[in-house]
Amino acid sequence: MSVTDGLPPELVQQTSEGVQELRPRSELTAKELMREVGSVLRMSEAEAARLGETQAETSEDQTMIINMGPQHPSTHGVLRLMLELKGETVLRCKPIIGYLHTGMEKTGEQLTYMQGATNVTRMDYASPLNNELVFSMAVEKLLGIDEDIPERAVWMRMLLSELNRISSHLLFLATNGLDLGAVSMMLYGWREREEVLRFFQKVTGLRMNHNFIRPGGVAADLPAGWRDDVLRILDLLPGRLNEYDTLMTGQPIWRDRLQGVGVITPQEALALGATGPILRSTGTPWDLRRDMPYLRYPEVEFDVIVGTFGDSFDRYAIRLNEVRESVKIVRQVVDRMPAGDFRIQNKKVTPPPRARIDESMEALIHHFKIFTEGFKVPEGEVYVAIESPRGEIGCYIVSDGSAKPYRMHIRGPSFVNLQTLPHMMRNCLVADAVAIISSVDPILGEVDR
Amino acid sequence: MADAPDPEVAADTAPQPEAPPTLHGFPLSDSRGQPVVHVPREHYVDLIKALTDEGYTQITDICGVDYLTYPNRAVPAGVSRERFELAVNVLDIENRRRMRVRVQIPEDDPSCPSLFDLHPGTEAMEREVFDMFGIVFTDHPDLTRILMPEDWEGHPLRKDYDPGAIPVQFTHDYRLADAAPVAPEASA
Repeated sequence: MSVTDGLPPELVQQTSEGVQELRPRSELTAKELMREVGSVLRMSEAEAARLGETQAETSEDQTMIINMGPQHPSTHGVLRLMLELKGETVLRCKPIIGYLHTGMEKTGEQLTYMQGATNVTRMDYASPLNNELVFSMAVEKLLGIDEDIPERAVWMRMLLSELNRISSHLLFLATNGLDLGAVSMMLYGWREREEVLRFFQKVTGLRMNHNFIRPGGVAADLPAGWRDDVLRILDLLPGRLNEYDTLMTGQPIWRDRLQGVGVITPQEALALGATGPILRSTGTPWDLRRDMPYLRYPEVEFDVIVGTFGDSFDRYAIRLNEVRESVKIVRQVVDRMPAGDFRIQNKKVTPPPRARIDESMEALIHHFKIFTEGFKVPEGEVYVAIESPRGEIGCYIVSDGSAKPYRMHIRGPSFVNLQTLPHMMRNCLVADAVAIISSVDPILGEVDR
Repeated sequence: MADAPDPEVAADTAPQPEAPPTLHGFPLSDSRGQPVVHVPREHYVDLIKALTDEGYTQITDICGVDYLTYPNRAVPAGVSRERFELAVNVLDIENRRRMRVRVQIPEDDPSCPSLFDLHPGTEAMEREVFDMFGIVFTDHPDLTRILMPEDWEGHPLRKDYDPGAIPVQFTHDYRLADAAPVAPEASA
């Protein structure tokens, strides 16, 4: 018995992903089945035995395999889950991805280092500035100028990165509320996010996909009056976050929907490569901003928020409180923003200023060459990782000495975090599946790249 | 951040001070301040196991690279350059350090043992490398394409895979349609 029984063959062929799909139990060997349901995750023998029993009990005429997604509104884009259900209980789950794959890593090999930020910013479209930041930091490390970035550029990067974390978490709060039926939360979350995006528009010219953080610094200086704009957001947010607490955190319905749902242990989370709020919800205090610091994070005060139970509620509470921590960081950044250059004065990577182009032929040629041919980067390979709102985002670049990366790979946190879904979903209800997907907060643009 | 070689290894190399640095007997190099250990395919799993025991408990990333058009990249002496390479980034949360493991994979036999039994979190990453480069991970439980459709031909991130173009639908251009039949007559 399969999902596609009784459907016209042309429809089946159009939508089939073949062996990528979740297969019925009768087609799996016992070993494959055990691996799929996670016996590799160092379960105790008692647990494994219990798992074996439920398998023996479940015959195929009691279960069915259904698709959730890729068009399901709660799947945050084009995530497709195949669920094996027994009644309303999820026995197995398999995420099928690739519906948004656009070959961005291949595209990255055709673009110069100057153009590369335009490409990576479109991967995790909810936190584009963090993508640009990790790419720029990797290129700077290859160039050997990572220590020479002007102070103002570094602090501007921190400002933007933290504001981006705020906007991304607000998006999470909005959609998490929407997924669980707290529809008004969606309006509030979106409203606050818009305030941050409006500031981004003022600084970078765009609400998303900014291409603002570039190798060597940032594209432009902060506009006049930026301090007032940021302070307005900072004054606005704490009160609004308290309102969220009133609306959701303390509500019995909200707690019942999230507490104890989608539990994952620290061992499982580590073994599955999970990072970010998922790992922290299990009580593992791991935040790259504190533990492997970059930019000037050691110079600012903030707390790493950790959970206790590893459930969906912890992941919700962590993100809500991380917004508060980011507000704290942004306030310190605003106080300490140094004066100076916003990009490195290294003629190799920085185009001449606009005023010079009008009066100097050489400056014009130089400007033209940097934007058409790009700059050459010495041979080598680096991996740089930073803490994005979703976890560790890494960038691995191999340079062959030309102006384009030989290989550009982004380690997307959502891509790896998605692997925790089958383990969180085992034996949960279909309604909880929605809460669990939401609490993982995957951005499919980054999963599929 | 850089790792000191094992005490036993250090004792072995003590008589020759110029000997290149090694880790568990495998050449260790430095890439912009990041430690990289080069390991042959057959010792890959053993090395990861040893690194896991040392504290590198999380595999953060597995990335394939096709060195078809850049065969002369720098590798330490004693490492033969092959067409494909795996770059595996491991993380030690306890001691806050990273390490990169590079594995050479020959073109005529693009296969590599899977780390799934050791680190189940590598499942999706290995599938991605298989999908993009055609490197087969033996003992992987579910080695299927992950990003590309099941019936796709070729492995897109290989250097001999041409990005090409897909014909765009619904873009009828009347100027081109009118110009096309005229051109041969004009040349004749």
